[in-house]
Amino acid sequence: MREVAVVSFAQSRHVRRDTRNEVEILMPVVHEVVERSGIERPFDFTCSGSTDFLQGQPFAFVMALDAAGAWPPISESHVEMDGAWALYEAWVKIQTGQADHALVYSFGKSSPGDLPEVLSRQLDPYVLAPLWPDAVSLAALQARAWLEASGHSERELAEVAVRSRQSAKANPNALLSGDLEVAKLLAEPYLAAPLRRHDCPPICDGAAALVLAAGDVARRVSRRPVWIRGIDHRVEAHSLGARNLAESPSTRLAGERAGVGRGRVDVAELHAPFTHQEWILREALGLEAGVDVNPSGGALCANPMMAAGLIRIGEAARRIAEGTARRAVAHATSGPCLQQNLVCVLEGE
Amino acid sequence: MASLCAVVGIGQTHHTARRDDVSIAGLVREAALRALEDAALDWRDIDAVVLGKAPDMFEGVMMPELYLADALGAVGKPLLRVHTAGSVGGSTAIVAASLIQAGIHERVLTVAFEKQSESNAMWALTVSTPLQATVVAGAGGYFSPLIRGYMRRSGAPEDTGIRVALKDRSNALKNPYAHLREPDISFERVASSPMLWDPIRFHETCPSSDGACAMVLSSERALSRGAHPPAWVHSTAMRSEPTQFAGQEKINPLAGRECAKELYRKAGISDPRRQIDVAEIYVPFSWFEPMWMENLGFAPEGDGWKMTYEGATALDGDMPVNCSGGVLSSNPIGASGMLRFAEAAMQVRGQAGEHQIDGARIALGHAYGGGSQFFSMWIVGSDRP
Repeated sequence: MREVAVVSFAQSRHVRRDTRNEVEILMPVVHEVVERSGIERPFDFTCSGSTDFLQGQPFAFVMALDAAGAWPPISESHVEMDGAWALYEAWVKIQTGQADHALVYSFGKSSPGDLPEVLSRQLDPYVLAPLWPDAVSLAALQARAWLEASGHSERELAEVAVRSRQSAKANPNALLSGDLEVAKLLAEPYLAAPLRRHDCPPICDGAAALVLAAGDVARRVSRRPVWIRGIDHRVEAHSLGARNLAESPSTRLAGERAGVGRGRVDVAELHAPFTHQEWILREALGLEAGVDVNPSGGALCANPMMAAGLIRIGEAARRIAEGTARRAVAHATSGPCLQQNLVCVLEGE
Repeated sequence: MASLCAVVGIGQTHHTARRDDVSIAGLVREAALRALEDAALDWRDIDAVVLGKAPDMFEGVMMPELYLADALGAVGKPLLRVHTAGSVGGSTAIVAASLIQAGIHERVLTVAFEKQSESNAMWALTVSTPLQATVVAGAGGYFSPLIRGYMRRSGAPEDTGIRVALKDRSNALKNPYAHLREPDISFERVASSPMLWDPIRFHETCPSSDGACAMVLSSERALSRGAHPPAWVHSTAMRSEPTQFAGQEKINPLAGRECAKELYRKAGISDPRRQIDVAEIYVPFSWFEPMWMENLGFAPEGDGWKMTYEGATALDGDMPVNCSGGVLSSNPIGASGMLRFAEAAMQVRGQAGEHQIDGARIALGHAYGGGSQFFSMWIVGSDRP
């Protein structure tokens, strides 16, 4: 395998409703990441992640090319997935030797629609989608399954929210941050039992971009390249009834293949939009109690759809580049109740 | 140096206007099973799955790869979903090939589909964006002015498009999977069909199809012993350019020319018309055959129509194009690009049946999408590169 590093990362300031369009949100982010990368355009490869259903129109990714800059024509691809999988495709391209560096970006503007209902369009179109089960209700089923299987209580869920909001105070891009109290949170009404508002991610608009480079190029342009030591992704069955929702076997397998257990983990950025999912993911990845989980505040504090997974990789890389961590795990998820998961292991020199 | 990749299994559905007898899952599984059978492999032999399709609004299912994970045998495996507009079927195959070329997997199943009967593509393609003019006319409304531009520039005879349509629909009669199989097709029948988007007539337009295509790609060391020899991937290329800007060349797009240039360079092709035996080109409207012949370097600019006119692109011509009947005869949009790539591979594997070009050794698969702005191409050959 070729050595591949994250050499720069940038993201927008995530907000509940951005009045700019997708191209306008994305353009400054792309400019920033390119400038920081120290690599001259054109990139050998460009790959993006987004979904038409947020914009409510086909070919949502097409206009975004205007933000990436595609003239003269570029070698480019797009996944209808979170940007973390766009990063995976770019990483594969570099592995083939057909590219030495790549620009990866993703964006999601959820504010124009009703996100929990929009996400119900991801479900089996014949037997499930016609019932319009919203994403929060499905997550609540999973939360109940986890609470019953683990013997934990809603207090442990609230503690995740409290810690995440506290961490987000140091993250200027987060939408939510501050000091919460467990007792007060538990007095709040349910949104979908056993989930309360603090257990759920905020709906927001945002974008992220990242530049990858292979060995020598990365060392030339970056003083502190952050190496991708392992990356893998797996999917599970779609039907919730066919899965044990209290566990995440696809995360476990992807984590094993990415080599999470081959060394001490300092930081983990887990794409857990719901509080109980952090617990499920920690267990699937075998993270010990001392691991600093979601120092950015995670998806509970800013969850721009289609970018939140890529942001986990960028945030984890940032800790290593800053020197506050030596080895980090980043995770991205897609689909109802953690159906699909990607795990990436990052290290400094 | 990247690992070699070969196509070892190909499957497709019988393309038709409505497949009410199967779900979306049933449709993709049908193509996948045929590809596995052709490769003499089983689901357990597959390391990863790459799915492609055009806009999710064509079926109204958001990110349908999630729902299709089970049907595609992807549970517990990596599953990727590609979407690059009309070129997606080709891009999907290229992404799948890159997983082999990178040495990450030994065998990858790649599938592309569209079940157009689930919705109305004309509606789904009618984009309504704030501050932008809406073209309430589908793809034909977008592309017909480009064709008019080509006719004016090249001075091509008015009936060139009719000749392309007649050729492709005649070829489709030799392809058992083709959607439109019209035994009574004739020059007069095409010429007298209603004008939809001047100069595009009804019979010069692709149909709306339900259909899927699948391929099993393999590394050299994992080659299976199917009934047909492997088609080796000699080179792949992708290019994109923005939708529109002042002064942009829309009729002979630079992205297509540069994509072909890189493709040929990597495959060691200097004279495509002489070195390539057969080509499957994405021609959704008849006139795009001569336009792409020029864009792909088979003819000098302004001369592409002569290839059609002289019969060079016919089954018995020196540069056969769309022997399968092409997109003009079957158009499950997301799968249409992969069908071009698969048909090219079928030719060099000698499995194209009645529309086989004898002795085909090097074939081109081509797909494009968006506003003539996304291109994906591959060269496959019967010989190990």
